[in-house]
Amino acid sequence: MSTTTIKVDMLARVEGEGGLYVKVRNDTVQEVKLKIFEPPRFFEAFLRGRQYTEAPDITARICGICPVAYQMSSVHAMEDALGIKVEGQLRELRRLLYCGEWIESHVLHVYMLHAPDFLGYADAIQLAKDHPDAVKRGLQMKKIGNEIVTLVGGREIHPINVQVGGFYRVPTKRELLTLKEKLEWAHDAAIETILWVATLPYPDFEQDYEFVALRHPDEYPYNEGHVVSNKGIDIPVQKYEEFFREEHVEHSTALHSVVRGTDNYFVGPLARYNLNFDRLPAHIQKIAQEIGFEPPQRNPFKSIIVRAIETLYAIDEALRIIDQYERPAQPYVEGKPRAGVGCGCTEAPRGILYHRYRIGKDGAILDAKITPPTSQNQKTIEKDVWHFVETALDLPEDQLVWQCEQAVRNYDPCISCSTHYLKLEMDRE
Amino acid sequence: MKVLCIGVGNELRGDDVVGRLVVRLLRYQPLPDTTFIEATGEGAALMEAWAGADAIFLIDAVSAGQPSGTIYRFLAHSQPLPAQFFSYSTHAFSVAEAVEMARVLGQLPAHFVIYGIEGENFTAGASITPSVEKAVHEVIRQISAEIYALHSP
Repeated sequence: MSTTTIKVDMLARVEGEGGLYVKVRNDTVQEVKLKIFEPPRFFEAFLRGRQYTEAPDITARICGICPVAYQMSSVHAMEDALGIKVEGQLRELRRLLYCGEWIESHVLHVYMLHAPDFLGYADAIQLAKDHPDAVKRGLQMKKIGNEIVTLVGGREIHPINVQVGGFYRVPTKRELLTLKEKLEWAHDAAIETILWVATLPYPDFEQDYEFVALRHPDEYPYNEGHVVSNKGIDIPVQKYEEFFREEHVEHSTALHSVVRGTDNYFVGPLARYNLNFDRLPAHIQKIAQEIGFEPPQRNPFKSIIVRAIETLYAIDEALRIIDQYERPAQPYVEGKPRAGVGCGCTEAPRGILYHRYRIGKDGAILDAKITPPTSQNQKTIEKDVWHFVETALDLPEDQLVWQCEQAVRNYDPCISCSTHYLKLEMDRE
Repeated sequence: MKVLCIGVGNELRGDDVVGRLVVRLLRYQPLPDTTFIEATGEGAALMEAWAGADAIFLIDAVSAGQPSGTIYRFLAHSQPLPAQFFSYSTHAFSVAEAVEMARVLGQLPAHFVIYGIEGENFTAGASITPSVEKAVHEVIRQISAEIYALHSP
């Protein structure tokens, strides 16, 4: 009997601590486990008893890469509970803040974490030796994302300027205009990025996924919209838990999510793109058409191309918001606590992030539920590795392990978020 | 000569604060042409911070299995950094990677000294270990002497 164990003890170039175990017997895959052993952090439990106003600052601490997503989902959920709506320039500023986070996160992943895989480099430092201009471009673009978050959010990691109802301070038009020239440079750099990643070699691998993302009547989604899928789901955020549920599996400290009655699903850039291509501005759709990348796209390795396209979108959206900006007279909308439940779901760089809170009439949080994108993708990651290994068993062992890790990195998993490195174990006989 | 001292660490994780502490106290030394910043250790921000400086002193906590308070000194401009020394951050791109990336891109300042201080307790909410705190003063003494030496003809 021939046995193979693919074992990656500590997955590199992912956020947090996790590993991958693949068991193969007689050239048949028998088991794949994405093991998440980062300890659970109990955020949902220790939110209980805190005031509703504290949720954005507490939940931002779940992640240093996507704190804005946590802030946005929590404020939308609280505003749903309070019955207030944030519109006009305050709403635009929230989108601008999200643009900053998408740029930072996507550029980091495209250039530093994922591109080395496709070009056969161990890491971004090796990549930089042969492609210094590409890496310099990536670092410069990422910096512009950081600058947006710093200006709108107050600082670049764990912003402190977001509150339920809006912001503590809103920037002046003059402050925002300081970003304009840099964003114009970044627009060109983002197009170069798209053309660059479009030329990378991609494994021939497609799956029939259930893609899940937000969909808004007019916009490419950030903060608002229905939860929709390519297999018929179309629900308001408040119905999320009726259609999706979480389950515990022994090998992971993060809960797995499934669609009730069916199975695993796919959130993140590829899902957003497939479900919202028509919401992208015409000039971005045209670039996608020119590189032959129209939806539907079912190869998860090509998520890197979507990240590059969404980076261009975020840059252009930031420019649009800055151009039309007029400083609002008041930085936030007043709200009064009342007993009730509120739900919020926004598009984190890695996919939909769902929050639900129940608050008492004094504004204290009675219970909280947070479902991050990586925990929603876990089961899909395992299935991808399973099917991918089946097609690649004749590869040399080290290359097979490498490509399995690459398949995991397609999802840019943020293990710190989902529990709250990756280790790969290939068990083959 | 423009000198920049960078204290790296997380204030809320016990001995990880030590780099920041060194920089906070160094400010009280009458050092010529020297500026000070504190940083989380995120690589891209570090590369941005040290661009344009002639000499860098970066201070960070390390965990290398030696007695707590042990002081390490690396001349990063002339030798590659042992990556396992500065891996406390969950950032995929942190101190060691930023130094090596800057070296590859030709953006590493000409004089780059890293001081590591062995920590013992990195638990969230813990206070600094006395032996680690004691090393702070020794590192301040050494860095001050190095900065003076850089400025002497």
